[in-house]
Amino acid sequence: MALTLLRGIRTPTLLRANFSLLCTTQRHPLAHFTTRAESVQTTEPKAVPKSIQQATKEAAEQKIQGFESVIGIETHVQLSTITKAFCSCPNNYGSQPNSTVCPTCMGHPGTLPVLNAKVVECAVKMSLALNCKISMTSKFDRKQYFYPDLPKGYQISQFDIPIAEKGYLDVDIPVEFGGGHRRFGVTRVHMEEDAGKLLHSESGSYSQVDLNRAGVPLLEIVSEPDMRSGIEAAEYGAEIQRLVRYLGVGNGNMDEGSLRCDVNVSVRPIGQSEFGTKVEIKNMNSFSAISRAIDYEISRQILLYKESQADQIVQETRLWDESSQKTFTMRKKEGLADYRYFPEPDLPEVVLTGEYIDEIRNLMPELPEAKRRRYENIGLSMQDVIFLANDDKVAHFFDSTLEHGTDAKLAANWIMGDITAYLKDEKLSIDESKLTPLELSEMIAYIKNGTISGKIAKEIVVDLIAKGGTVKSVIEEKDLVQIADPAAIEAMVDQVLTDNPKQLEQYRAGKTKLQGYFAGQVMKASKGKASPVLLNKILGEKLKGSC
Amino acid sequence: MPPPLQAHRMLLSHRRASPIPRRRFTAVSSLSSAPAKTLAPGPPASSILSIRESLLSGERTAADITSEYLSRLRRTEPSLRSFIHVAAAAAEREAEELDRRIASGGRDAVGPLAGVLVGVKDNLCTASMPSTGGSRILDGFQPAYDATAVRRLREAGAIVVGKTNLDEFGMGSTTEGSGFQVTTNPWDDSRVPGGSSGGSASAVSARQCVVSLGSDTGGSVRQPASFCGVVGLKPTYGRVSRFGLMAYASSLDVVGCFGSSVFDTATILSVIAGHDKMDSTSSSHDVPDYRSDLASLSLLESKPLNNVRIGIIQETLGEGVDAGVISSIRSAASHLEQLGSVVEEVSMPSFSLGLPAYYILASSEASSNLSRYDGIRYGQQVSADDLNEMYGDSRANGLGHEVKMRILMGTYALSAGYYDAYYKRAQQVRTLVKKSFEEALGKYDILISPAAPSAAYKIGEKTNDPLAMYAGDIMTVNVNMAGLPALVVPCGFVEGGSAGLPVGLQMIGSPFSEGKLLRVGHIFEQTLPDLSFVPPLLADD
Repeated sequence: MALTLLRGIRTPTLLRANFSLLCTTQRHPLAHFTTRAESVQTTEPKAVPKSIQQATKEAAEQKIQGFESVIGIETHVQLSTITKAFCSCPNNYGSQPNSTVCPTCMGHPGTLPVLNAKVVECAVKMSLALNCKISMTSKFDRKQYFYPDLPKGYQISQFDIPIAEKGYLDVDIPVEFGGGHRRFGVTRVHMEEDAGKLLHSESGSYSQVDLNRAGVPLLEIVSEPDMRSGIEAAEYGAEIQRLVRYLGVGNGNMDEGSLRCDVNVSVRPIGQSEFGTKVEIKNMNSFSAISRAIDYEISRQILLYKESQADQIVQETRLWDESSQKTFTMRKKEGLADYRYFPEPDLPEVVLTGEYIDEIRNLMPELPEAKRRRYENIGLSMQDVIFLANDDKVAHFFDSTLEHGTDAKLAANWIMGDITAYLKDEKLSIDESKLTPLELSEMIAYIKNGTISGKIAKEIVVDLIAKGGTVKSVIEEKDLVQIADPAAIEAMVDQVLTDNPKQLEQYRAGKTKLQGYFAGQVMKASKGKASPVLLNKILGEKLKGSC
Repeated sequence: MPPPLQAHRMLLSHRRASPIPRRRFTAVSSLSSAPAKTLAPGPPASSILSIRESLLSGERTAADITSEYLSRLRRTEPSLRSFIHVAAAAAEREAEELDRRIASGGRDAVGPLAGVLVGVKDNLCTASMPSTGGSRILDGFQPAYDATAVRRLREAGAIVVGKTNLDEFGMGSTTEGSGFQVTTNPWDDSRVPGGSSGGSASAVSARQCVVSLGSDTGGSVRQPASFCGVVGLKPTYGRVSRFGLMAYASSLDVVGCFGSSVFDTATILSVIAGHDKMDSTSSSHDVPDYRSDLASLSLLESKPLNNVRIGIIQETLGEGVDAGVISSIRSAASHLEQLGSVVEEVSMPSFSLGLPAYYILASSEASSNLSRYDGIRYGQQVSADDLNEMYGDSRANGLGHEVKMRILMGTYALSAGYYDAYYKRAQQVRTLVKKSFEEALGKYDILISPAAPSAAYKIGEKTNDPLAMYAGDIMTVNVNMAGLPALVVPCGFVEGGSAGLPVGLQMIGSPFSEGKLLRVGHIFEQTLPDLSFVPPLLADD
């Protein structure tokens, strides 16, 4: 048995000899298993590389030159169910090849699919989040093509009656890219199963099939062709990733292939109503890659238009190459693929009830768009809003902090500033931090009432993230209470002035900038605990008096 | 050990006399030339019951019974070729194991099918034996698991004696389409046993095993049952799990069974029926004990079928149907009338529409279901220089002619631009067929028809004329399209062979009315005068 499972295709030079073969089989996403050059996705708006900004600018310039681009996206979202979509194999990423397989997901004779109810639940959640119209009755269909990673010779998918249709997605464009709010249409959401992977030997002389991924549940989300630039497309993708994570239906990791975006790009002269010839781009492993690939492709197509070579824009699939920052032809489409869809006879229709949907709707968390609007309404800047709502864990931490009555702007500053910086250095996520929202709010309160200084707080917060505990205990333990006794500060000021007669002399001679030096010395003497407000007040008075 | 003759007599002996006066059906022209009827007259008794009784009484051992069947199998198999794989040693081992359990007092632990030798159609997966579906592409393939129906039989104590021959993946009506061998009809070895479950029908007919499993997509249990003179049951779609049945046309496929009596068939159904979490299309409908309604003959009243309304489908007794078959069915109808039922003719105008629609739907689904046989994960692979060539050569080499033809037809019917004209249209016809059955079954408890337009024909007769072979499925395909249960019971003979050729009566019921069909079938079978359906092949026994 094991031999059968692990048997590779004993065909010499499978892939190399058959690059053209992939054209004719019209295999869906070849890019599933190709290299992953860039693994870190940049959803965080602040970290978007300069090159995107540059590319976006260029794209914008080209638009001014009389063209506009039209972009649509197909997103595949792997669902993190415990078991696969149609069998009870574990749905694990990164297991030994062919270790999470069974006769059903290997397409053995006589096996039948049985739908995992959790897949429907995830699909309904995602459809609601995408503001879709949910089909009370939908069905599965077979999409047929031959490829070694497709065990049954067909993929169980949904064709003419998907689980949901006609939705939309609201996105806020980051401030650095010009900002603004966009609404992109969602054509449909459907459930399907993933295929396996081919592992090609280094020599290229044979290929092996790993079926661990075969049968893993996917949602395919198809957008309307509503995007006009790389950054819009990247933001659409990032928002889908946020939804996936907020809803907990998947991990949305692009580097594991848990979230995959295939993009269709066409350009047309402004004023032309019909679309130009569309080109599909695959193999983008981050949102920034999506943005760059699209902007490259737009420039390429516009250039062809301008050189009167628009006929060279053909319907094809191109791959994004990270090293050269260009797209290359993977295969030209010879007419439309005929997948010979027909209703899957092994599965009954998926029939939902109103109660079922309501139950799911009632358990939905607050979604990123609602959060952003709420944060906007409490007066945070758009930059803060986008940052905080980007990660549901961060947003949850922020919201919990606010529940303790903390000022929103102060909480946001701490979270976006010291806390994020420290977590980033330590490669931790906010839920791995030992700092609780309660303690953050306590700490902010201590600053406000003068017990500790902001400077001291910066030390305390690091302590709390790393070790936990209460602000109070850290303050007591380290004796960090702010010195707010004017007499004590005055004594320290006197001492510093006495100890630095030279500087005092210079001050008196008009070098008033030295007030900062004295303040620093007093602060040092107080081990940072002196109240800065009091210190400055007393020091100022003393210096004035001494003149 | 008792001599074979005695053993055989026990197996086929009738223990009760019929209270119904015997009547000769003079309408059956070939009766006088059919010596079989005089060979072992009387209604068939349940082999399963007698095995159980003799095991529990200590009269015989399981090893004894197994060796009786195996020796008959060895004797008849060279001419019949019913089996692709015979697991004689395993069967003997299991029988001995059973004897040890009985001897050590574990009688309570003995399942309802203890010691019953079962033949399993080779498109049903068995973990302990190769399963080829009759296809060269699966030559040597051994599944990782038992089909649900097989597992349930084993759990009930049955001993799987081997895997029976079939038309490749169930596609054919003669078993000549097997990738391995041609099975012959026990009544005449120059004739086909029918198909596609020809091996299963032939094996039960020749008593190579007690009962057998088959599958029925368009008549593959019922037509061979009719050709071989055994009882064949096609249950309601979803009544028996399809898990482990190599799919031909998923929306039509059902696992069915064969027995030499209605009682045996009912026993098997009781064991294999029921919901299976591995098959989403299997039904949760209650499974009754299908034997409980099968009263022994002595308990029957004189008109046991009082209040049963039977419709005889007009369209099945017209042009293209053998005169001998028609007269057998008409005699059967009058016998049913004698038993108290009301028999009327009913017209189903959509009946002839079913056949072309069936071939479109079945081929379409087949073209998809057989895609998995690509030589990559299992089965026969042909090495080639590129992937397409490897696919092409493996499938060209491994799949037979008829299978390729149906894959091509189905691929065509599902292609863009043709889908609406073929697949979708055929689905509409399917709805019509379903409705017309619903209507007719609103008026009648049971509909009857022949199981095939003729009795068994000669080997090779229709191999070059697929359309003629397809036309032979006219009696059965509609039932699959409507998902209904149907029982075929031997009812008469037509001329042919040395002893006449059996003809089967098809009884069709509403969904999940197997109990009713089996009750009527049992009464019919037990009261059928002077006909015995033991093939001449066994005359020497």
